[in-house]
Amino acid sequence: MTLIDDIQQKTRVLRARIIETSHRASMPHLGSCLSCVDILATLYFSVLKLDTTNPRSSDRDRFILSKGHGAPALFQVLAMRGFYPEEWLDNYGEDGGIFAEHPPTPDYLAGIEAATGSLGHGMPMGVGMALASRITKEAYNVYALLSDGECNEGSIWEAAMLAGGKKISNLCVIIDFNKWQATDRSQDVMALDPLADKWKAFGWNTIEVDGHNIDQLLEAFGQFPAENGKPTAIIAHTVKGKGVSFMEDDNNWHYRIPNAEEVERSKIELGIK
Amino acid sequence: MRNAFAEVITDLAKTDNRIVLLSGDIGNKLFDKFKEVDPGRFYNCGIAEANMMSMAAGLSLSGLRAIVYTIAPFTTTRCFEQIRIDVCYHNAPVIIVGTGSGLSYADLGPTHHSLEDLAILRTLPGMRVIAPCDAEELKLALKQALEGDTPVYIRIGKKGEPKIHNDLTSFQIGKAITVREGKDLAIISAGTIMPEALAAADLLFESGISAEVVSMHTIKPMDTTYLQQAAGRFKLLVTVEEHGLIGGLGGAVAEWRSLQNISVPHLSFGTPDEFMHEIGSQEYARDKYGLVANNIASKITERFKSL
Repeated sequence: MTLIDDIQQKTRVLRARIIETSHRASMPHLGSCLSCVDILATLYFSVLKLDTTNPRSSDRDRFILSKGHGAPALFQVLAMRGFYPEEWLDNYGEDGGIFAEHPPTPDYLAGIEAATGSLGHGMPMGVGMALASRITKEAYNVYALLSDGECNEGSIWEAAMLAGGKKISNLCVIIDFNKWQATDRSQDVMALDPLADKWKAFGWNTIEVDGHNIDQLLEAFGQFPAENGKPTAIIAHTVKGKGVSFMEDDNNWHYRIPNAEEVERSKIELGIK
Repeated sequence: MRNAFAEVITDLAKTDNRIVLLSGDIGNKLFDKFKEVDPGRFYNCGIAEANMMSMAAGLSLSGLRAIVYTIAPFTTTRCFEQIRIDVCYHNAPVIIVGTGSGLSYADLGPTHHSLEDLAILRTLPGMRVIAPCDAEELKLALKQALEGDTPVYIRIGKKGEPKIHNDLTSFQIGKAITVREGKDLAIISAGTIMPEALAAADLLFESGISAEVVSMHTIKPMDTTYLQQAAGRFKLLVTVEEHGLIGGLGGAVAEWRSLQNISVPHLSFGTPDEFMHEIGSQEYARDKYGLVANNIASKITERFKSL
């Protein structure tokens, strides 16, 4: 099995688990989770330099889920990657547990670098982490996954301007550009387009890819860090609810919870028993 | 005081290579010597305080000690959510330094006043809140903040504040310092308003009232051991701060009194619940709000005589 086939197979399993968990634990943001699964799987199963037996090693790559509401996807990916047993997710959403809508702080779960959930925080924290490697001389990269809606936040553009200005080249931002935010088309809420040009104007290398195409994602990550010293922004064009026909590009699935029958239909479409 | 900050942080950075200084585009030339120590550990983060605070958290979660420096309202209320989430929720040991405390920049208008910072930052879990009365306290507070590993807010004046302590050898975050001993009442002061508190004690002494003066440099965690024994020794507790009457030192003492069922009377000096819509010097503004020795002494005398 090739690397790409392997990652694709994993994303089918991950999507099914995310949908099942959403149903069982009444977790919203399903559409947002499904749009970033391929990006997360590509990062965790090919790109990131990690050691799950020493998750806090000082030279590890850092991944920050700046769009913290994608945590139901990240939690599944971290378990599959081996940061903790997959059975831990059996108590998802239960009182007193760790797994809910947003990532906890790093001290509470291996693999987490930042407790996000309020948008516009994770990426600027990542700027600090990336800059730290320049000072501590530890060689690592920092990746932050943003949503297009998150690009409404002014702090993102403060961070973008600083990282571009200081040429923080070991910082890679991936924008899960699914064209929706919570209640509307992202382009109708604010003047988001041309998104790639905006990042370019702030001093970043920009790469546009199909965010569901593993081959394209791998190629984009292969171009990072860029030799010209600029930080890198990968604009990943995605489909909200990707992978399930009746969820794709339907923004009701930002908050809607699937019923049992919808879970079964989803699994059939994904080829998961 | 800001010169003292620049000097001490430069000295500390020579031996502590974890220190990274972030400035919000202020302090022109103030940090030239720091940059000589290591230009790679000073960053002018521009006029973008939200990002600066998140960056500081990221640096401090990566084995470094970020110190954020700008004018008090911009390093506190401007980026409060970044302090709340990125710094405090993550327990990132960021040291936040706000310059121009209280009415230091009275003539710049309320955009530059900081009369709410102590109240607001005090509410954050894990945050320690310090208002040194002079450069000596500031130096020792900074050193001790760096020895700890939790978030700290240090509120400092601007320049030319008088020296209060001549030889301060012992300083502990959370432990009040008695500046002048007294028998009848305690004046508990936080921050650079201390000279007015001391001058008020002089005036009181002339009229036969013996006032103890204490520097309660740490508003959180507050030295409740001192408060407890002061409540037993004195007929009146007085708090003085260049900060709003809501939620600062006076507010914290009032909370403590209420929760501990302490009956000793409390007189609180601070600014009222309003913005100052006129321009004036810090001295003018302090006088307008009664934060001057004459007014403090006469209000205390009136209250003390009524007990």
